[in-house]
Amino acid sequence: MNDAAIRLKDVTVRFEEKRLAFDCTIPTGSAVAVAGPSGAGKSTLFNVIAGFQKPASGSVALIGEDMAGRDPAERPVSIIFQDNNLFAHLTIADNVALGIHPGLKLDTAARQSVFAALSRVGLGGYERRLPGSLSGGERQRVALARALVRRRPILLLDEPFAALDPAMRADMARLLSELRAETKSTMLFITHQPDDIRRLADSVIFLEAGVILLDEPARDFLSRREPSTIAKFLGHSAL
Amino acid sequence: MFARTERRMLRVAGGLALGFVLVFAGAATAVLLAHAGGSGAPLFDAYTWRVAQFTLMQATLSTLLSIMLAIPVARALARQRTFPGRVWILRLSVVPLGLPALVAALGIIEIWGRQGLVNDLLRLGGLESPVSVYGLAGILIAHVFFNLPLAARFLLAALDRIPPEYWLTSANLGMGSGATFRLIEWPVIRRVLPGIAGLVFMLCAASFTVVLTLGGGPAATTIEVAIYQALRFDFDPERAVLLSGLQIAVTAVLIWLLSLFGRPPEEGMTAGRDIRRFDGRGRRLSDGLILSVFTLYIAAPLAATLTSGLAADFGRLALDPLLHRALMTSLAISFASACLSVAIALPIVLVPRLAKAGDAGMATRLMARALPATGSLILLVPPVVVATGWFLMLRTFGETGRFAPAIITIINALMALPFVVRVLEPAYSTHLSRTARLALSLGVTGMHRLRWVDWPALKKPFLTAFAFAMALSLGDLSAVAIFGAEGFATLPWLLFSRMASYRTADAAGIALILGVICLLLTLPSTATERPTERSGPDE
Repeated sequence: MNDAAIRLKDVTVRFEEKRLAFDCTIPTGSAVAVAGPSGAGKSTLFNVIAGFQKPASGSVALIGEDMAGRDPAERPVSIIFQDNNLFAHLTIADNVALGIHPGLKLDTAARQSVFAALSRVGLGGYERRLPGSLSGGERQRVALARALVRRRPILLLDEPFAALDPAMRADMARLLSELRAETKSTMLFITHQPDDIRRLADSVIFLEAGVILLDEPARDFLSRREPSTIAKFLGHSAL
Repeated sequence: MFARTERRMLRVAGGLALGFVLVFAGAATAVLLAHAGGSGAPLFDAYTWRVAQFTLMQATLSTLLSIMLAIPVARALARQRTFPGRVWILRLSVVPLGLPALVAALGIIEIWGRQGLVNDLLRLGGLESPVSVYGLAGILIAHVFFNLPLAARFLLAALDRIPPEYWLTSANLGMGSGATFRLIEWPVIRRVLPGIAGLVFMLCAASFTVVLTLGGGPAATTIEVAIYQALRFDFDPERAVLLSGLQIAVTAVLIWLLSLFGRPPEEGMTAGRDIRRFDGRGRRLSDGLILSVFTLYIAAPLAATLTSGLAADFGRLALDPLLHRALMTSLAISFASACLSVAIALPIVLVPRLAKAGDAGMATRLMARALPATGSLILLVPPVVVATGWFLMLRTFGETGRFAPAIITIINALMALPFVVRVLEPAYSTHLSRTARLALSLGVTGMHRLRWVDWPALKKPFLTAFAFAMALSLGDLSAVAIFGAEGFATLPWLLFSRMASYRTADAAGIALILGVICLLLTLPSTATERPTERSGPDE
């Protein structure tokens, strides 16, 4: 039963006039791309898993445990947003250290692990700097370093590459797949780029109008010619 | 976006704040009602009627004058964007906001009074009968002094929000000044004018200190001052109660009208945006004239306060034990009331956010509705009225002076509340949208969140709000006027009694001290203000 890292069962979420419904199982250790037009419910899906959004009905189970009534910090989840992942007034080291203790009370070993995580993402020596002096890609890597020290089995990435240029996207994707191989974590990421799926994903969840339209291996997804929304997403519509 | 324990804490804090304000204001109102029930006195006599009429009349005139003068000032400032001293005129226009009304009134008397600069000039010009600063004229001069810069700043902010391309287009099309005003500026001004006018009218209708010092006799008295006179001079509680009821009715109608007119104006200067006005070139002379007169009007009373204050015998003042005691009393009261104000403001800002989550309980949602209203309760029931209620209640327990510090502290805190909420609300809103989910996902909550996330980012708005609340309390004369007693005086009260006993040199010295303290508190935050337009933390 521990094969499923994420199990959403008949989950519904209600906004004013919209109703979203999610039902899916994501196996442990897989990398899943979440795609779909804007407003389809990608971020809502993440919010339900991370605990920012309470479902109107249905159940959310992560690593085999029911999550009802659990605050976001009490779930086995790390989340990285598109931006604003770092507190602007805290140093890079402190921002990472918050992943170990929310009051920044660290012993020597913990402090060592912060330094280790930062050098693992290629930012050794940046410890004392403030987020404002880093580039967008570097700031995302700091967020990754924090996810590393938090050691949560599920990693959610909400368009982590959106603000990066193509070369940095490729670097970031390489780093992500290395880290996944090392940590054996389950990874979900929202993306608008077929390239990201090609580089990183085992499977794809495609959402439209608040429901999961497709949930299939990345290879099958990438060779699709229909339905038209997916063809458009993959850039095949011009063919 | 709060963790479980934080939600519980906030609900408790919200309940405490709500209960405290309601009990405090409710008790005062209940006492007033009880007194009103017992009296068989005739209700509206000629005097009451005249006072009510004068209150509305002076507020209407003050509003009209302030707005009509603010429009050319704002247009001139919007058109002339680069002349030397522009930034100083903008800074000068903030000063009246932070200055205690009593200090400003004293400065205005120095300039416009019988021995003042204006009458000297008029005499030189051959005019025999001097202009009197007491009565309606003085009240209008003072209200324009406070509200013209306020209105001009709001209007300028609105004009600065016009897309820069409009000016390029209008220059390209060859629009003249008249066409520019009619087609571009007026539509924008018209939208914000009702809100600004409503705000100015409210401030003038509830004006106490200016009318107390510059109003003359029963012919120029507002309801609030009449309450004070009924209570402290005529010992006529029935009349005070009646007038309080009248004041609440008037403000209730005003608030209702204001809510119909739409929201109070936004100030936020659009910092750093490059606006180029080609129509400013041909109007340098006339705009320069307008801005010079404006600057003189605001700066002259300030300069007069400074020069006559410096002429005071500070050596003697420094040894005056009464002044020492008043200064300590004022500092203690204003510090305590600023703490209280911020403490009540926090749940007012935060509990409504709690209610936005879909699963908020009935009690939370009710509280979220009631709390913001509590924040502006003091607008409905003005300080003098609340003070009157408590004065009548505590009278039965003996010497009212004993309770004065506590009551004045609370009333001052409630007075500052609308301002404090207005400073903290947008700051919290931006801060939470940036950090709430992140802090929650990392489990940085409770004290950890306060220490590592909230305080470093919100330090500045907090200190601004605190300083404003403190300055407001330091300069307040209304609550202490009702409660002032033998052996108890705040700085403004001491200043007021020195003015009343014609010890003008002492008064000028005290006014300078009070004015400097208040400006030190308020100016640092306004001089560098860049609201909402700060660069993001991750940029």
